[in-house]
Amino acid sequence: MLLVVLEHDRGALGEPAREALTFGRTLAAKMGVEMHALAIGAGVATEQVAAVSGDHGTARLYTVDHDVLSDFGPEAWGQSLVQVIGELGPGAVLACGSERGNEVMAQAAARLDWPFVANCTDITPPDGGDGQWSMTRIQWGGSLLEDATLAAAGTALLTCGLHSVASAPVEPAPAAAPAVQAVPVDLDAHLARTVVKDRVVLEAGVTLPTAPVVVGGGRGVGSAEGFAPLEELAELLGGRVGCSRAVTNNGWRPHSDQVGQTGTRIAPEIYIASGISGAIQHWVGAMGSKHILAVNIDPEANMVVKANWAVIGDLHQVIPAMNAEIRRRRDRP
Amino acid sequence: MRILCCVKRVPAPGAKINVTADGLAVDAAHLGFTTSPHEECGVEEAVQIAERTGGEVTVLTLGPAEAAEQLRYAASVGAHHGVLIQTDGSAWDPQRTARAMTAAIQSLEADGGVFDLILFGNESADSGGFQVGVRVCHSLGRPIVNGIKGIEIDGPVVRARREIDGGFEVYELDLPAALGVKEGINLPRYPTMRGRLASKKLEINTVELDADAGGQSLVRLHRPAETVSQTVILGDGPEAAPAAVDVLEELGVL
Repeated sequence: MLLVVLEHDRGALGEPAREALTFGRTLAAKMGVEMHALAIGAGVATEQVAAVSGDHGTARLYTVDHDVLSDFGPEAWGQSLVQVIGELGPGAVLACGSERGNEVMAQAAARLDWPFVANCTDITPPDGGDGQWSMTRIQWGGSLLEDATLAAAGTALLTCGLHSVASAPVEPAPAAAPAVQAVPVDLDAHLARTVVKDRVVLEAGVTLPTAPVVVGGGRGVGSAEGFAPLEELAELLGGRVGCSRAVTNNGWRPHSDQVGQTGTRIAPEIYIASGISGAIQHWVGAMGSKHILAVNIDPEANMVVKANWAVIGDLHQVIPAMNAEIRRRRDRP
Repeated sequence: MRILCCVKRVPAPGAKINVTADGLAVDAAHLGFTTSPHEECGVEEAVQIAERTGGEVTVLTLGPAEAAEQLRYAASVGAHHGVLIQTDGSAWDPQRTARAMTAAIQSLEADGGVFDLILFGNESADSGGFQVGVRVCHSLGRPIVNGIKGIEIDGPVVRARREIDGGFEVYELDLPAALGVKEGINLPRYPTMRGRLASKKLEINTVELDADAGGQSLVRLHRPAETVSQTVILGDGPEAAPAAVDVLEELGVL
C-alpha cells in the first residue's frame, strides 16, 4: 500500500494535498498497490477531507487524533506518522514537498533513522527484491535535476516537488467515498513543545502566491521610489508587486515581495517582469507563471529569452505608458 | 548565550548552471562560491542575537578545506569561532552529513557547554535535502522548527515566526532549541574592513570525522529540458505600450 500524508490547515485540505494524491495515484499504479491517505490532527475527520481524498483516488482514509495535535506541530506530526507506519507497514509514504510536507517527513525519517528523498519529480519503485528505488529529484530549486537511488529498509519515505504535477481528480468520479478508519497513537505530552502557539493574520485579499497578475521589478528599477509606476500597474490589474533578490538586498522592497528560490514561488496568469535579468535564483520562483511579459533594455536578457512577449525598452518609460494606455481604454465610452 | 550556526559552502551561479562531465557535481570552474543564502541570514541572526544578549557565535560547516572561506566570511561579519568538518568535497548524503555534524556538535558541547540556540538554514541552495537540521536535532534530543523568518529571545524562551499565506504562525520553544531559518529574517550586513582583517586571524578548528553513508545516493545531475519560448517582441520603448496592453486584454486580466 502507498500511504499519502495529507497536508491540511486545521481540517482544510489545500493544493499540496491534492498534488500529493495526484502524484501518488501514478506511483501506486507503478507499485501495483492501492493508495491510502492519512490525515493527522484533531478534528480532521471532516467531510471535505474524505470527499477530496476520495475524488483523488484514495481507497481508504486513516485519521489520527490526539490532544497534542490541536494544531500543526512538526515533531508531533512526525511521531504520529512513525506510529502509523509501524501499524500499517506501507510500501512507501508520500507527501507534497511543501514546507510542512518536507518537515514532517524529515521528522519521521530522523526518528526511524531511515533515508528520505525530498522533492521528487519522478519515482520508479524497485524492479526486483533488492529494495532499490530510483527517482529524479529537484536541486537548485528546479534549475538542476538529480537522478538518485534510495535503498529502503522497509518503507520508502518520499515527497514530490511542489507543483511538479497539476492536481486532478479521478475521471469518472469514484462511486463510493473512501472507508474512514481511526488509528490510535500514543504521543508523549512533551511533543507539544513545537506545536503552533498562535497565529497572526497580516493581510486579507490577494497575496503574492495567489495573485492573478504579478508586476515584478529588478535591479533595473534603480530605487525604492522607482517602484511607484509598478505599484500603479499592479493596482490597475488587481495584482501584486514582486521583485528580485537584488532589490531586497538593496533594501528597496521587503523580503516578503521577493520572487525566487529563497522567496515566493508565484503562479499568476501573467508575470510582467520589468528590469529583471532572470538569474536562476529568480527564475525558479517565476517559472510557474502561465505567461510572461518581459520589459527590458537588453534583448538578450535571460528573462526576455524565456518570455512569451517582450518590450525592449526602459521600464521607466514603458510601464507609465502602459498605465496611461490602460486608463485611456477604461475611460473610453 | 552560546549560539551555533551551521552553514554550507555552495557555488554562486548566474544565469545557467553547468554540470561536470561525470555528472556528479556542478561545474564550478568559472563560478565563485558563497554561503547558502538562508544560512548567510542565519549567521547574521546569530550575530545580532549575540550582540543583544552578550553571547558568542560559533559557525560550523562540513565541506572541503576551501569551506574555511565561508567560516572566515562569517567571522568578518561578527562570528567568534569557526569549526570545519573537513571532507574531500564530494557530495555526502543527508544521513551521513547529519551523523558527522551530530558527532561534532556533541564534542563541542562536551568541551564548551550546551549551545542555547542552534540555527540551520531551512534547506541548502544546491542539494536541498530538507532534513539535515531535523536529523541532527533529533539525535541531540533538541526541538527544532523550520521555515523561521523572525526570532525573539525572551529569557529562557525563543519565540519564532513562520510565514503562512497572508500571515504567520508563532512557535515558543524552551532553550536550548534549534531553528531552521529562511532568507528574509534579516538583511545580512556587509563585512567592514576591520572585520575582514580580523577574520584573517580566525583560528579554524578543523575536525576529521567520517560517518556511515545513508540510503540515498546521487547517480547523476542534469539540466531539465529547456523551456524554449518563441518570444514575441512587441516593440521598442513606450510606443509598444498599446501592444502590451492588447496582450493583457487577450488574457482577460485587464
